[in-house]
Amino acid sequence: MAISADEPEISADLCKKAGYTYTFLSDPSADAIRRYDLLHPGAGVGGHDIARPAEFLLDSSGVVRWVNLTEDLRVRATPEEMLKAAKALR
Amino acid sequence: MEKLRWNWPIWLGFILSIAAFVSYFAVFARFPITRNVPWVNFLLFAASVLFLWMGLRRIFAGAPSMPRRVLGSLLALVGVAILGGFCFFVFHAGKQLPAAVGSPKIGQKAPEFSLRDTHGNLVSLATLLASPLDAAGPTSGGPQGVLLVFYRGYW
Repeated sequence: MAISADEPEISADLCKKAGYTYTFLSDPSADAIRRYDLLHPGAGVGGHDIARPAEFLLDSSGVVRWVNLTEDLRVRATPEEMLKAAKALR
Repeated sequence: MEKLRWNWPIWLGFILSIAAFVSYFAVFARFPITRNVPWVNFLLFAASVLFLWMGLRRIFAGAPSMPRRVLGSLLALVGVAILGGFCFFVFHAGKQLPAAVGSPKIGQKAPEFSLRDTHGNLVSLATLLASPLDAAGPTSGGPQGVLLVFYRGYW
């Protein structure tokens, strides 16, 4: 599932346009983003606080089993990498 | 009298420079193979610089009027400035991300949260963990988990 600082309507718009069917959560006040230490202050449109890109894979007990913290906003984890990590969960 | 020739290389170089910049965001950033290393765009910029150079040589080898010299030089300058802006974004600006030293590490429990989904319903991490997704398909009996993807937002 995806988390951003966007309002639910904006995420809904994105899901509709891109055809995404998984859960999109909205964190406009960046509470969860702060809790995961992913705040990128003032980096959004109009100087809003947003999340730096990051991916976490949790097992069903909520423990982090794989993490990707990119150092370049253009370079993200690929679907193949994430699927490989998910298949390695036991 | 010098025949007035249209300086096509300088215009082509200028247009290529704009195309190289815009096409990255419009097209090539969508695919990891052309996004992570923007080689297609650097090839376009290389062609752009080549044509700008050809155009400049035409201008300064011949004897065109002053306005033509100024216009040609200006196009070349803007073309190269666009390349400079692209390099700044790729090699510098895109890498200014906070370090995230306090993020949950492998083996640590992920912090709880409760956020609204696109239908306005509150969804907590505990809820998500109670119905984890199957890595290999809905009924495969494979490993289950939750993938959290934090992204910058949609604009």
